Amino acid sequence: MIRSRQDRFRKALGILGPFAGLVLVIMIFSLIPEIQARFLRPANFMSVATQSVIVALGALGMTLIIISGGIDLSAASNIALSSVIAAYAINAGVHPLGAILLAVLTGAAVGLANGVLITRLRLIPFIVTLGMMGIARGTAKWIAGEQKIDAPMTWVNELMVRSPRPSWLLVAPGVWGVIILAVVLAVVLRRTVFGRHIFAIGSNEATARLCGIRTGRVKTLVYVVGGLFCGLGGVMEFSRLTVGDPTVAIGLELDIIAAVVIGGGSLSGGEGSILGSMIGVLIMSFLRNGCTMMGWPNYIQEIIIGAIIVVAVTLDRMRHRRD
Amino acid sequence: MMDARGSPLVLRMSGVTKTFGATRALDDVSFELKRGEVHALLGENGAGKSTMMKILSGAVAPDSGRMEIEGRPYSPSAPLDGFRAGISTVYQELTLAPHLTVEENIMLGREVHSAGWLDRKAMKEKVREALRFVRHPEISADVPVRRLSVGARQIVEIARALMNQSRILVMDEPTSSLSLEDSLRLFEIVRKLKDQDVSVIYISHFLEEVQKVADSFTVLRDGRNVGAGAMEGTGLEKIIQLMVGRAVTQMFPRVEHEVGETVLDLKGLQGARMAAPVSLTLRRGEILGIAGLIGSGRTEMLRTVFGLDRVEGGCVIVSGLEIAEGRPWARIRQGFGLLSEDRQGEGLALGLSVADNMTLSDFGPYLQVGLIRPDRQRRAVERWIGRMGIRTEGPDQKVLSLSGGNQQKVALARLLHQKASILLLDEPTRGIDVVSKAQVYEWMRELAAEGKAVLFVSSYLPELLGICGRIAVFHRGALVESRPASDWDDHSLMSAAAVGRASVVHNEADKERTTG
Repeated sequence: MIRSRQDRFRKALGILGPFAGLVLVIMIFSLIPEIQARFLRPANFMSVATQSVIVALGALGMTLIIISGGIDLSAASNIALSSVIAAYAINAGVHPLGAILLAVLTGAAVGLANGVLITRLRLIPFIVTLGMMGIARGTAKWIAGEQKIDAPMTWVNELMVRSPRPSWLLVAPGVWGVIILAVVLAVVLRRTVFGRHIFAIGSNEATARLCGIRTGRVKTLVYVVGGLFCGLGGVMEFSRLTVGDPTVAIGLELDIIAAVVIGGGSLSGGEGSILGSMIGVLIMSFLRNGCTMMGWPNYIQEIIIGAIIVVAVTLDRMRHRRD
Repeated sequence: MMDARGSPLVLRMSGVTKTFGATRALDDVSFELKRGEVHALLGENGAGKSTMMKILSGAVAPDSGRMEIEGRPYSPSAPLDGFRAGISTVYQELTLAPHLTVEENIMLGREVHSAGWLDRKAMKEKVREALRFVRHPEISADVPVRRLSVGARQIVEIARALMNQSRILVMDEPTSSLSLEDSLRLFEIVRKLKDQDVSVIYISHFLEEVQKVADSFTVLRDGRNVGAGAMEGTGLEKIIQLMVGRAVTQMFPRVEHEVGETVLDLKGLQGARMAAPVSLTLRRGEILGIAGLIGSGRTEMLRTVFGLDRVEGGCVIVSGLEIAEGRPWARIRQGFGLLSEDRQGEGLALGLSVADNMTLSDFGPYLQVGLIRPDRQRRAVERWIGRMGIRTEGPDQKVLSLSGGNQQKVALARLLHQKASILLLDEPTRGIDVVSKAQVYEWMRELAAEGKAVLFVSSYLPELLGICGRIAVFHRGALVESRPASDWDDHSLMSAAAVGRASVVHNEADKERTTG
């Protein structure tokens, strides 16, 4: 019984660790007199939440992929491609809802391509998605004719505003979207057969196959879901910029992966949680926000975030060593 | 055993004892090796041969006992000490770096250089000389090892071991991956080494080949030295007797029950990794034992039936129906369940909980509108934990922290939980304690009595003889013989597995070896 309590404690630590990190980051910035007042304003928190939406969407899908033992380096390119598709469609007179659907389908299609290549050709995910990173980015530039696509303003552009129109919403509709999807995905991961199979494949693919899990199918579906969320991210990117920009979000896949890893995801698979990843996203957003307020240059942010990734994974490793 | 005219001892081990946890791997073992002799080290799997060789090479420290090399005390604390004392080992599993060339592999760690700059010419000459010595001058020094055949890799491995100017060469199952022709060439090399006063400790399960190449032998059984002597004048019969001479205990009381209709019929089944097509039938209520040496093709047969390996010919007929879809998920629906021989690598997802491991193949009973009800899953798993006597803190404990026996019970519980009716059990008692073993036997008997069919692969003869109704023997990839268990004994099983025939006649063993 004592051990069992220890196990539960350790499990709690898995979420408490990143959560403590988040509290620490917020505390540090709120103790700095120069920015204290501005940093702690509710409006600032709302704006941090809005700024987190795109990385959060990417991280939702990436959490599934990483738990299954995979990786998706094409996430950011996929976001850019989907945002270009959204702008292109709206520009061509498609109904905004249709444009959103097209963008999301584009994201899912890229994910499907990743999944099929990985499972059918038995290539490692790193290589397939590295290739797809170039293919999706190139396609985005091709479709956009190597420039930004202007599109008429529609309600789509209000998804990411800092002060939402019905003011009782408090935060941008995109933020609510992320919260709802996060809850849905957490339930899928913990309470459905699909979710258990994802954990099983990431933990030991041979065991999964032995237990009759159709590993190829599950893995393909995981990449489709990952792509679908990138498509949503693309919609939000378009909403924020009001144009379709094929060169947007370069390098964002690393932020997305970092968020999942800071949140307890293991790159060798079998571990990770939606809540953890969302906390990981917030840690990075608050750091950026605080550093910007302090007027620190960009490189300081980069160094801090780099250090945090290493520290987070080291702490996680230490937690595991006691198993 | 020491004869007056004989050569002085190169190695003497005396009173060597080693325990791992509760198991005594080596118990007061003594061993003597003369200069320039080929000494066969024989015994069943788990008899203590590899522990003994690990102690010799310095990889494992003995609890007690003494070793002397050429009369001087020898107490290695690391493999490097063994290496320096002139002991080299050619392992069963290949230890070459696949991306490096033959030359780079052979010279690895002893590169010829001046001030860090490689002397390629000198190294190449050395490598050529080594390859000439092992009778394979045609192997090019510049080829990456991964492009060589398994047999050629084994030759490179041997060449590397010889670069060490070894006085003692340990060969652990050197021919298990060699063709007959390569094996014959290997024997020539061994003889040549002998002429150069190198002593060889030769471990092999292929007794007829041992008889050909070795001068003397030592047999280990359950960690004890049970016999040694000169090879000449000692029959295989005698050696087999020494190897198995163990009484079948009361662990296996047999329950008589009806054996029903055929549920599984393999007709010339050929899998991607099977050496020969296999035909056999399995009936309701039957426990069919599969005996054979490690690597004799038993595991590959099970995996092909279960759909983990591709079927390349023949067919699997389940309850009279030939079913085209043979992948694992379909096989599970047809009632199959496979217990993997590799419990930690494949059988269980060590990072997942007891509950998830047990129910992974069938979450069906716990679903409500598509969602898993963790409470129901927990309750069911708790029942199984109680029924199987699994020692665990509860359903949420990670399988990683369970003992081997309890891990195996979780893996078995999964098959029972998914209600498998045709059980493919691959070494189900490997590495588990005696009490758990006895429980596994009991479940197998109960399952058979319930009308389930069990295919039971094991390398441990007493358990096969103890609980199977029928036993089939594999030898070098082919099913050589299948008989009721009562028509087998330790002796005939061992010779069928090691030689390919149930009865051993001396000169015929030789004949079979050369005609293949």
